[in-house]
Amino acid sequence: MAIEVKVPTILRTYTAGEKAVSGAGGTLGEVLDDLETRHAGIKGRVVDGEDLRRFVNVYVNDEDVRFTGGLGTDVKDGDTVVILPAVAGG
Amino acid sequence: MRFDSLLDSVGQTPLVGLPRLSPSPDVRLWAKLEDRNPTGSVKDRAALAMITAAEKDGLLRPGCTILEPTSGNTGISLAMAARLKGYRLVCVMPENTSSERRQLLRMWGVEIVGSPAEGGSNEAVRVAKVLAGEHPDWVMLYQYGNPANALAHEESTGPEILADLPEVTHVVAGLGTTGTLMGVGRFFRAAKPSVRIVAAEPRYGELVYGLRNLDEGFVPELYDESLIDNRFSVGPRDAVRRVRELLDCEGIFAGISTGAILHAALGQAAKAVEAKERADIAFIVCDGGWKYLSTGAYEGTVDDAEERLEGQLWA
Repeated sequence: MAIEVKVPTILRTYTAGEKAVSGAGGTLGEVLDDLETRHAGIKGRVVDGEDLRRFVNVYVNDEDVRFTGGLGTDVKDGDTVVILPAVAGG
Repeated sequence: MRFDSLLDSVGQTPLVGLPRLSPSPDVRLWAKLEDRNPTGSVKDRAALAMITAAEKDGLLRPGCTILEPTSGNTGISLAMAARLKGYRLVCVMPENTSSERRQLLRMWGVEIVGSPAEGGSNEAVRVAKVLAGEHPDWVMLYQYGNPANALAHEESTGPEILADLPEVTHVVAGLGTTGTLMGVGRFFRAAKPSVRIVAAEPRYGELVYGLRNLDEGFVPELYDESLIDNRFSVGPRDAVRRVRELLDCEGIFAGISTGAILHAALGQAAKAVEAKERADIAFIVCDGGWKYLSTGAYEGTVDDAEERLEGQLWA
């Protein structure tokens, strides 16, 4: 088992068009570091310094990580990470 | 209840218990029926408040043209108020919104400007900002950044919930303009800070996120993340499943976004049961299901419904 990371259309240039890739790590930050080793450049599109980029939302098992510890959010095998651009509603 | 006009009847909606969906007598769910507002959605509160504030500030005078980017409900609410108060209304609306919403707006005499489906409401906001620049005499109320939107909920929705349910522990609402959650959150942070404010955000199909660049994402100016405690992304499958459960178990016929909100509310309920804690969870029923019948969310299997909602702005 690994951690499934769903990648939005605009970041698929880093994943050879794949909608989902798998990663490993104990925190979201570690998973992104792991992805970076195979999909160079992807991390910089999601993270700016120590934080997520303003217009990017990341969810672990459907919960927004900004409320669960950000890049330090715990993840474990079998979890799903979703990366999405922020959109409007209303 | 008697009111001087339809506009005066906005708010004071019922809060009803959900005895069948509540997991136990200690963990209860309560639905705030915002579909009981004059045009059938929670947006009546924000629309009326934004118009009233703009009139007070001298921005809006009889005969003015109002411009607003909206996926539907805000436009419908503004249309009703604009008709009664004598304003012209232009709405910028994404092409992938349900036909009922368009028909209703046209019936109220609204001029609709379409925006591309790709990018969803982000594109509607962009197109509206361009139009506002071209027509400096038009008044864009701009629900995403208008403090009156959130204030309406701080002054009415929040206090109504607390008055009807003093033991409330959680409030769950949808996140679109963020107005409901910001207003309710600000109210409870002051009035009863122990109340957890939970956001349910619809997760659409890929088309809606089809932006060219991540820097073109959009966070409403009203949004202040310190006013909420958890935020969940809910896809169409869970939203459809829950909206059907709400009808099957409790007889409430709600719009699809309410299914997403109920999903998050049930998640909080399950956590409370697991932690053996008492919980009284109020959630917002944003509107009824009528405007979404043509989306196909209400018939056939959940798989069929999920497929039909792909690419649609269902919330």
